[in-house]
Amino acid sequence: MLKKNADIIVIGAGPGGMAAALKANELGIKKILLVDRLPEMGGILQQCIHNGFGLQMFKKDWTGPEYADHYIKKINNTNIEVLLNTMALEITKDGRVILSNSTDGLIEVTAKAKVFAMGCRERTRQQVSIPGTRPSGIFTAGVAQRFVNIEGYMPGKDVVVVGSGDIGMIMARRMTLEGAKVHAVTEVLPYPGGLTRNVVQCLQDYNIPLYLNHNVVEIYGKDRVEGVKISGEKTFDVQCDTLLFSVGLIPENELSRMVPLDINPITGGPYIDDTYETTQEGVFICGNAAFVNDLADYVSIEAEIAGEGAANYVSNPLRNKVGVEIVAGENVRLLVPNFITRNDQATLYLRVKEPMLDVKIVSTDGIVALKKQIVKPSEMVEIKLNSEQLAKVKKLKELKIDVGKI
Amino acid sequence: MSERSSERKFTCIMCPLGCEVTVKNDAGGTITEVLGNKCKKGETYARDEFTRPMRVLTSTVSIDGAQFSRLPVRTSSAVPKDRIFKCMGEIEKIKIKAPVKAGDIILKDILGLNVDLIATRDL
Repeated sequence: MLKKNADIIVIGAGPGGMAAALKANELGIKKILLVDRLPEMGGILQQCIHNGFGLQMFKKDWTGPEYADHYIKKINNTNIEVLLNTMALEITKDGRVILSNSTDGLIEVTAKAKVFAMGCRERTRQQVSIPGTRPSGIFTAGVAQRFVNIEGYMPGKDVVVVGSGDIGMIMARRMTLEGAKVHAVTEVLPYPGGLTRNVVQCLQDYNIPLYLNHNVVEIYGKDRVEGVKISGEKTFDVQCDTLLFSVGLIPENELSRMVPLDINPITGGPYIDDTYETTQEGVFICGNAAFVNDLADYVSIEAEIAGEGAANYVSNPLRNKVGVEIVAGENVRLLVPNFITRNDQATLYLRVKEPMLDVKIVSTDGIVALKKQIVKPSEMVEIKLNSEQLAKVKKLKELKIDVGKI
Repeated sequence: MSERSSERKFTCIMCPLGCEVTVKNDAGGTITEVLGNKCKKGETYARDEFTRPMRVLTSTVSIDGAQFSRLPVRTSSAVPKDRIFKCMGEIEKIKIKAPVKAGDIILKDILGLNVDLIATRDL
């Protein structure tokens, strides 16, 4: 078996992995290995041909491929070693990483630090338990996106989108532009799953009906999808040949489980501190593998912190980290990271359980006290903590954050 | 005068608040009132949406001799919303050969709109 040594191995070369590798390189780490199973870097960005990327990070309105290209060109100008078409198969008990590709066969990597950036997977029809037959014509929105935007295949002509996640709405527009008729987007909840700008520019712009409080309850058709039954306030049938599912994303953590790391049932990712280090020293995680983010920009921001954390660990593994636990309180569905260790600055991300107007976000001892006119589950709230606030946090046993009406 | 006056509603996307903004107009199509916005940005947004909504269009074109069969493209700036399907008609006709660099002009001055169609990746 081919053996390799590295200071840091980064697994996954999407927006997270690329930003983490670049940051560690910038901080002077010499041997960085960046691995991806696809034939090119960029990850899912390459199929996200729509614009809206980079607004936060770069004040640019880039498409996914343009956002990827920015990082790819930077990486190509460094001596980061990039291994493409290479799958990370296993983390051994003693922490080595087993890779596989068709030129080298199996490769065993010993690295001082690891950064996991595997992204996430889409939930499928099976995971939302919709009864009916099992005909062809049923796709996740992301798979359809790859077919249309990269491979050049149209999945069908008459479409129903199940779930109003961002990719679902973006694919409703994309299929419409390519000549398909999108008959309905259904959402089981009373509010859209994705961003408002996508409701407006992907659905309203093209008169695509969004049925809130409605769900597809039956799929018709034997060989090919022939229609669906939609049920909610009213129940009706829609004829279609294609169903796209946009019903949520699951962080990809097969490797994390091998470390082994405990998975937080709320985020679907491992427990992390504010340097994106997991409970296993020297193992960092960022982006959608840690928790599902709204924007690629957030992924890049977190990945830089993870890359910095990994670089610091390589330079000085004997740290004495003390963590204060962060606890999700009233009306909070998700709050990350789970532990505060830093003294300089930290950013927390919070998701509420349901949309609320005129809220206050407050913590133990009033260290955090924010007011918001509106909060929605589809849009993470950023909570920035400065050194003064962190000094107060460090005196606590835990920091609990609640969201309540003003 | 008022028999043809009407109103249209827009969801503002300038911030997460998503105000429902109503634009009222007279028979001649001139805006008479903008209601429901909580800030100035909302009024500007709704006025623009009412008078000349613009969108950046992204799509793909057929490419030969590359690793993949579609090349992603975008308009160099926003185009009028009501010309989007016409633009798609032009985009559909294009067939190009690799190699292409990100930023290359794939179609100049699409539909005479003073906007170019550009590649968004190397391929």
